[in-house]
Amino acid sequence: MLLLQVIVGGLLLGAIYALFSSGLTLIWGMMNFINFAHGEFVMLGMYVSLLVVMYLGGGPAAFGFGAAFALFVLGVVVYLSLIRYVLRGPMLAQILSTFGLALLLRYTAFWIFSANFVSLPQTSLSGTINVGGILMPIPQLVAGVIAILLTIGLHLMLTCTTIGSQLLAVSEDRGAAMLMGIKPDRMQALAWGLSAGAAGIAGALMAIAYPWSPSVGETFGLTAFVVVALGGFGSVPGALFAGLIVGLIQALSAFWFGPIYKDIVVYALFVALLWLRPQGLMGKA
Amino acid sequence: MNKIPALSPTVLLAVALLIYPLIFSGAFYLDVGVTFLLAAISASAWNIVGGYAGQVSVGHAMFFGLGAYAPLLCYKLYGWTPMAGIPFGIAASVALAILIGIPTFRLTGHYFSMATIAVAELIRIYFGTWDLVGAAIGLQGPATARGWWDLTFRSELPYYYIFLTVLAVLLSFTYLMERHRFGYYLRAIKVGERAARSLGVPVQQTKIRALVLSAMFTSVAGSLYSVKTGFIDPESGFGILVSVQMVIIAALGGAGRLYGPLIGALILIPLQTATNTWFGGGGTGLTFIVYGGIIVLIARYEPGGIYDLWEQISPRRWRRKHAS
Repeated sequence: MLLLQVIVGGLLLGAIYALFSSGLTLIWGMMNFINFAHGEFVMLGMYVSLLVVMYLGGGPAAFGFGAAFALFVLGVVVYLSLIRYVLRGPMLAQILSTFGLALLLRYTAFWIFSANFVSLPQTSLSGTINVGGILMPIPQLVAGVIAILLTIGLHLMLTCTTIGSQLLAVSEDRGAAMLMGIKPDRMQALAWGLSAGAAGIAGALMAIAYPWSPSVGETFGLTAFVVVALGGFGSVPGALFAGLIVGLIQALSAFWFGPIYKDIVVYALFVALLWLRPQGLMGKA
Repeated sequence: MNKIPALSPTVLLAVALLIYPLIFSGAFYLDVGVTFLLAAISASAWNIVGGYAGQVSVGHAMFFGLGAYAPLLCYKLYGWTPMAGIPFGIAASVALAILIGIPTFRLTGHYFSMATIAVAELIRIYFGTWDLVGAAIGLQGPATARGWWDLTFRSELPYYYIFLTVLAVLLSFTYLMERHRFGYYLRAIKVGERAARSLGVPVQQTKIRALVLSAMFTSVAGSLYSVKTGFIDPESGFGILVSVQMVIIAALGGAGRLYGPLIGALILIPLQTATNTWFGGGGTGLTFIVYGGIIVLIARYEPGGIYDLWEQISPRRWRRKHAS
């Protein structure tokens, strides 16, 4: 029964991994670009939630939208002011741009919020429910379920709407998309907004259920790499699937080997994947 | 004719570095000098794969850390002189470089960058739990020297000249590499991998060689660091900031340029020392905000670093003179 509890906990956390990783995979799929600051976006989403709760009041819906909106704007600004210029530049500029941004955001957060762990004050979401003998904390449950729904929503948006088709068109053939009257720069800015927004809302969901400090961004960023590598670069359903798996693996390795090994196992999985199946479990060879 | 003007800045630089400790003999200045040399060595080592080959590693701390742990581990386990550990550090780094290079170099450059940062983190966390290497507390070197071979000196002066020698060896090596076929291969790969391959450059093999060479020198830099400080822990060995410093120094000066890392270190180390002196312990965080900012600005405006910037704005006459 304890094992089952661990499994459920891992899957619920994995759902949030899936949500923010789908943002990373969206950018990769569209412009072959890896955002090293993606974990920092999640971390900022968490602090935005805290600030909204502290200064504006309001429940999870308020800070969820607050974090999503704030990070959407940040994503667009980052694209327009930085990414746009390095996209066609040398590899060095591509890697350094978001790597530098990650440092900038992480250490600014350290400076402003200090290195201490914080958590949201008790929200209306608290307590646990008992499902067939498994005790599930309501915050984790709500966060996990919403994360899954949002990831599916993002996938539907990318596959079933005009905006999704336009995004796909730009990623397939920039020039042809332009001829069809699509503005590639605008679509790519939108993709960055969506990507960062997904990270922001994932941060808000994470903040409901877990305490955090500015250093979590680094861990989440690396986790997102593993999820994206496992699910196949560019695939949102792949990210959903892989996110759940990574959450599960983390929870089980923490349970069996001790909490300190959970990240070691996941990073080792990443290296193993690069050796054995770099296209990911669901990617095409 | 051509050799003399190209050589004279080098001679000037060599003389300046040789006599620096004689002019600034205070402990503080000597410490800055030693820090500068170590940073220049690490960044020059990174430069081989990150600059010349254009494969951007953001986890070079893994080689630095292995190099740093090996000497002190040898001392702890067997009581050997820390020097004896240096080859072990190099061997471990080479093995790790091959382990990472083989799978990632088949893919685009992003995979290599992601793998380096993930592996560096993996090792850092693992060393923090591994009792043999002192877990989170780390390892210590000999408290007092049993002889000169322990390389434990009270003054920083011997370290200064040891580091300077290593830097000279590394830069000479890089200079020769630039002019060797291998160096041309690297530049070809950096400019266009597909084109290089179609012209018969053994791309995969060349990239792995560059990474191995870079890892070897980075490992030596790590060994020098731990032998000098007589102490190492997971954060100072494998921490992300160790990697960041190599990247930023090389990129600021000019990645893929012989003297790029030197120029970068010349700017950054005094800056870092100044902020740490002014702001005390609280300055460290601020330093890395500034580092992040500088890295973003380099990426956005001048990926070639100060070296490229200088070439653009320098008087045309000077440029023509140094064209070759």
